[in-house]
Amino acid sequence: MLPLIARRVLATIPVMGVVALTVFALLHLTPGDPAIIIAGDYATTQDIARIRASLGLDRPLLAQAGIWLAKLLRGDLGASIYSGLPVTTLIGQRVGPTVALTALAMLISVAVAVPLGVLAAWRQGSWVDRIVMIVSVSGFSMPVFWLGFLLVWVFAIQAGVLPVQGYQPLEAGPWQFLRHLVLPAVTLSLVYMALIARMTRASVLGVLREDYIRTAFAKGLAPHRVLLGHALKAASLPVVTIIGVGFALLIGGAVVTESVFAIPGLGRLTVDAIVRRDYPVVQGVVLVVSGVYVLLNLVIDVVYVVLDPRIRY
Amino acid sequence: MLVTGLVTLALIAITGLGANLWWTADPQALRPVARLRPPSAEQWFGTDQYGRDVYSRTLYGGRISLQVGAMVGVVSLLLGVTIGLCSGYYRRIDAVVMRVMDGLMAIPAILLALALMALMRASVKNVIFALVVPEIPRVVRLVRASVLSLREQTMVEGARAIGAQTPRILLRYILPALVAPLIVQGTYICASAILFEAYLSFLGAGTPPIIPSWGNIMAEGRAYVQRAFWIILFPGAFLALTVLAVNLVGDGLRDLLKVR
Repeated sequence: MLPLIARRVLATIPVMGVVALTVFALLHLTPGDPAIIIAGDYATTQDIARIRASLGLDRPLLAQAGIWLAKLLRGDLGASIYSGLPVTTLIGQRVGPTVALTALAMLISVAVAVPLGVLAAWRQGSWVDRIVMIVSVSGFSMPVFWLGFLLVWVFAIQAGVLPVQGYQPLEAGPWQFLRHLVLPAVTLSLVYMALIARMTRASVLGVLREDYIRTAFAKGLAPHRVLLGHALKAASLPVVTIIGVGFALLIGGAVVTESVFAIPGLGRLTVDAIVRRDYPVVQGVVLVVSGVYVLLNLVIDVVYVVLDPRIRY
Repeated sequence: MLVTGLVTLALIAITGLGANLWWTADPQALRPVARLRPPSAEQWFGTDQYGRDVYSRTLYGGRISLQVGAMVGVVSLLLGVTIGLCSGYYRRIDAVVMRVMDGLMAIPAILLALALMALMRASVKNVIFALVVPEIPRVVRLVRASVLSLREQTMVEGARAIGAQTPRILLRYILPALVAPLIVQGTYICASAILFEAYLSFLGAGTPPIIPSWGNIMAEGRAYVQRAFWIILFPGAFLALTVLAVNLVGDGLRDLLKVR
């Protein structure tokens, strides 16, 4: 098992390299001169020249790529054009709220969606199944921020039981922390929930047709033992995959959710950076988030090997 | 499912395209006297902070969303199919192309689109470009996987034996087998593009604020959530309904064409 995991870990390195080069290439992929666009509409020729020099855009393309990779290997993501602070520092300041938000949203979605998916599969065609499927299709179709505003309107403005927006770190006490985080986390979790519920249902449905499930029922096992012990266990691999793949959806949703609830996380950092045309910050966040995404899927692949000893790469 | 989706979509398309036939006021007309009015018999969806009629703006906004959705779907398919066919058939470029696609896939779609918009001026054309780029790898993977399995089939071998050239094999033997899954994929891309356009506009990196797209109307209304919830409620409901309809069409087509 160990050499297998080691090989999978090594295979991640080229992917990370390609991601780094892709993020670098974005700057050159877009039409127009990036320096002019970053400088903005009221920039003088000197401003443009200064930005071009500070981003190293005046060097040959290959040299730029080399410098970018070499800096990355040293953990240097460059400095913000707006504040002059290192991008790594900025990301470090903002990472906490985003981690808290996405972790809570992930927890809520898995806790709600997996049981619902199993239930829908077990009672296929019943009203439970239909409701789960309708909610899940709607979950895919609703704009995250709109759902956020709906929840704010109902629970914060009309009922007045939760804060409209804002963020409190865990240090301010767990109660305050959760009170501020619950609406954003529920908002963010809906899409993810829809995705996981759908996948769980489909996967469990496939397993329920197997002979050994019939045997388990026939020997008189309680339904919950068959569903959780036999069916869900066998159906868990696709569900685990979708939890990993769906993380991209979750992080994208987090950018939007943070904007609705004024949470000072990575999403806000990105959006502010875009408004200010602070490209090194945008690049840094994209790179770090993509890195986390690749690593998360690596962890899931490793979990696979542990869950299912048949898997070989 | 397919019929419900198509009918809903047709209704939304008609209201959007014929918006100037049944809007009750010019969507851009400012009426400062009638600021932030709640929905009433004259202004069905209320008015915004400049006294503009939210109902007329919502109808008009549908045009942008549908246009962006359809264009992103078509362009992603065209580019994705071209790249995928070449990559699946020519082993030499395959490795390079697929590594680039892996790199693009590893970047969450909204972040990639945001990063692209950060480097371009706000315009509908650029929004379409920024939304196409994250979708291409998904189409390429689908096409390439099918090409890899189809090229080993006897019909391709036979065609080669009677002297068909590679472009002819790709277009006449392989592409037709891909039409059904691509139509379904295109529908889903269209649905997510409509959503993502709204996200970009909402975050201030989408279509120019002067155009009343659904995302822009809601972005402007967000400062007034507490006083004038209707500015966000109605365009969002239309948006959700549209995306739902496109998703239903996608699910319906998938079942009808027996994809997967």
